[in-house]
Amino acid sequence: MRGFIKTLSQAPLTAQLGMAIIVIYMFTAIFAPLLAPYGERAIVAGQYLGPSWEYWLGTDNLGRDMLSRIIFGARNTVFIALLATILAFIIGIVMGFAAAVSGGIVDQVFSRLVDAVMAIPILIFGLLLLTVFGTSIPVLIAVIAVLESTRVYRLARAVGMNIVVMDYVEAARLRGEGNWWIMRHEILPNALSPLIAEFGLRFCFVFLFISALSFLGLGIQPPTADWGSMVRENASLIAFGDPTPLIPAFAIALLTVGVNFVVDWFLYSVSGLRE
Amino acid sequence: MSNQKRAANAENTELLRIQALRIEAQLHGEWAEIVKGVDLVLRRRELVGLIGESGAGKSTIGLAAMGHVRNGCRISGGSVLFDGIELRDMDSGTKRSLLGVRIAYVAQSAAAAFNPAHTIGSQVIEAAVCHGVMSPDGARERAVALFRQLQLPAPETFGKRYPHQVSGGQLQRAMLAMAMVCGPDMIVFDEPTTALDVTTQFEVLHAMKQAIQAEEMAGLYITHDLAVVAQLTDRIMVLRHGDTVEEGDTRQIVEAPRAEYTQQLLNVRKALKPEHRSAEGAPVLQLKGITASYGRSGPQVLRDVSLSVPPGTTAAIVGESGSGKSTLARVATGLLPPSAGGIELDGEQLSYRLRHRTREQLRRLQMIYQMPDVSINPAQRIEVIIGRPLTLYFGMTGQKRRARVEELLEQVDLPADYADRRPTELSGGQKQRIGIARALAADPDVIICDEVTSALDQVVAQEILSLLLRLQDETNTSYVFITHDLATVRAIADTVAVMYQGEVVEGGAAEDILGNPTTDYAKLLLSSVPQMKIGWLEEVTQARARSARGETQTVPGNA
Repeated sequence: MRGFIKTLSQAPLTAQLGMAIIVIYMFTAIFAPLLAPYGERAIVAGQYLGPSWEYWLGTDNLGRDMLSRIIFGARNTVFIALLATILAFIIGIVMGFAAAVSGGIVDQVFSRLVDAVMAIPILIFGLLLLTVFGTSIPVLIAVIAVLESTRVYRLARAVGMNIVVMDYVEAARLRGEGNWWIMRHEILPNALSPLIAEFGLRFCFVFLFISALSFLGLGIQPPTADWGSMVRENASLIAFGDPTPLIPAFAIALLTVGVNFVVDWFLYSVSGLRE
Repeated sequence: MSNQKRAANAENTELLRIQALRIEAQLHGEWAEIVKGVDLVLRRRELVGLIGESGAGKSTIGLAAMGHVRNGCRISGGSVLFDGIELRDMDSGTKRSLLGVRIAYVAQSAAAAFNPAHTIGSQVIEAAVCHGVMSPDGARERAVALFRQLQLPAPETFGKRYPHQVSGGQLQRAMLAMAMVCGPDMIVFDEPTTALDVTTQFEVLHAMKQAIQAEEMAGLYITHDLAVVAQLTDRIMVLRHGDTVEEGDTRQIVEAPRAEYTQQLLNVRKALKPEHRSAEGAPVLQLKGITASYGRSGPQVLRDVSLSVPPGTTAAIVGESGSGKSTLARVATGLLPPSAGGIELDGEQLSYRLRHRTREQLRRLQMIYQMPDVSINPAQRIEVIIGRPLTLYFGMTGQKRRARVEELLEQVDLPADYADRRPTELSGGQKQRIGIARALAADPDVIICDEVTSALDQVVAQEILSLLLRLQDETNTSYVFITHDLATVRAIADTVAVMYQGEVVEGGAAEDILGNPTTDYAKLLLSSVPQMKIGWLEEVTQARARSARGETQTVPGNA
């Protein structure tokens, strides 16, 4: 624990800033009902009010408090993104490592399947799948996870390939270990650092993807507060010089930048690269 | 030109003087001294050997002699005077005018030093032309002369080839030509023959010695192999942990070493085995007429190879790289199914394929690898690494497993509390001991040892070999010992099989093969192993020349 704190204190300012942003977002998401001055769906005043002492960030197109919705939005968007990313990693890592360990036909089938999925632009494919299966949150998570897992698969397979040729994997094979054990105990611990770094980046992409889907109307459905749909709902205001739609956009951008700061630092320290 | 310059200088003048050199390296943000005040004087036309195990600081000193330090290192004290010029605080312009022209460097791996996209010739003359020492035509002529001097095939056209078109030994000689093309005053040789096979090493050493003498150059020769350095150098400096252990004439160091550490280096790989065991009882592992190739239509890498390992003995498989010795191990372990032949373990026929063998069969045939860094998983604790075979084969868990792991650690001379460490906290020799303990955990009948000492320093390798022999006495395990190093074979083998191009050319009891080889290849191989004896290189060259002329054949020095 002391070592961890020491590492943190030695991290560059950008990484510390990034971590602070992430911690604040997590805190906000977890304690949203306590922090928000009003309810997520409560219509509290007139439409499109400007910032005031009562409504710090003004109200939206239906007269709901912007600040409260931003706070609840953290909860929805961040947690859906987190869940989808975790799921994408589980799918991608299992398939990627299986391809690396088995090689041959398994590798060919998985890789060509992934190539086929990746050949279609992710947003279009996502919209298509959501139109077919509906826009409930479990479906949303599943669709995003499957689509994003293709990227994870490629990384996991490449990293796994490098580890599979190591003598300790051969030693495990000669010992009579099964593929699952080799994936779990020989490959995964040694592939962790690139995968964790990728997790940070992938999380950003998933997060932006959800926002984009919501903006297009196929992501998180109203009245649930979500930053992407909040941008869309208030988009017309921008024409009148009202900055309200920029607030959720700024929340999205800030988290993306923060996560990237941390990932950069992490990559830098595990790879030992000089600037 | 350079010869005139040299003639103008009196004999025995100092060329390089290193005084109280201290070099620090940055480790986890702290500076640690890795060279601790070393003094060295190199006179003109003199070749000085720097010898020591890895981490002794010999390469660091070699680079410092050229005014260079690796990234993350700094010279913290002392001076490096080259022909009166202080190299320590030399600006990069002066450095450029010296390096390549008056000081040259020969690296360990020629394959990594040459750019594969350019011809050898253009790279050899590049420095001379860039520095304006010679015209391109003049440099080309000089290169051809050097190729001839270094006994490279077709010297006129050799420069037109690309690095991948020549053999490793030829490329190493080409790098020597690259270093010599400007006629430098001094060359730093950093383990130039370590990566080569013994027969190739012999050729390179021979060509190198003649070329250095003809060109009258001075040099620093860095190596871990005392027998090699004894053939080439005038003086030897023995280094350890960044400090000078002993310095003296080559003859004095080889014949009357003063320091205990030097004696230890001289004694490595002396026969460890008091007596060779005779082959009693039915063979525990038997390979019969193995023929194998990579891929269905690939060339055959093994042709009708047979090997039989009696219980409790060590069977050595000797051969150069590409002879198929490691492939034989892959066949025996089931990683590479052969196209013909039989594999028997204790009379029981083994399947060609790993996944068709029973767990019991897998348990009885274990393996130890060459590179301890990659053969044990760096992400696992030692307890898991050694304990996994115990769980898998004997169903041991918890306290019982822990006790057995500690027992095994003690058997390989490591403290029991190492069970809680990770491989990254151990040295190379200690990691190899873990590899041995992991193989022992399965309580096997046969252990295949694939070049287990070649990645280790000589003194450490010696300890590992003694450990293996002691364990053989204790457990009566058979070893199949794959190696290219005949000194190792001599130290521990009971039977020897010499492999060449996928076939066993000679096999039998160790003393017969090593003492009195009958086939030409075995003779060549045995006579190429450097002997700790001054003048050995010349003796063997002369003997070979004589036998080539058809006179009586004597291969000296295989005592």
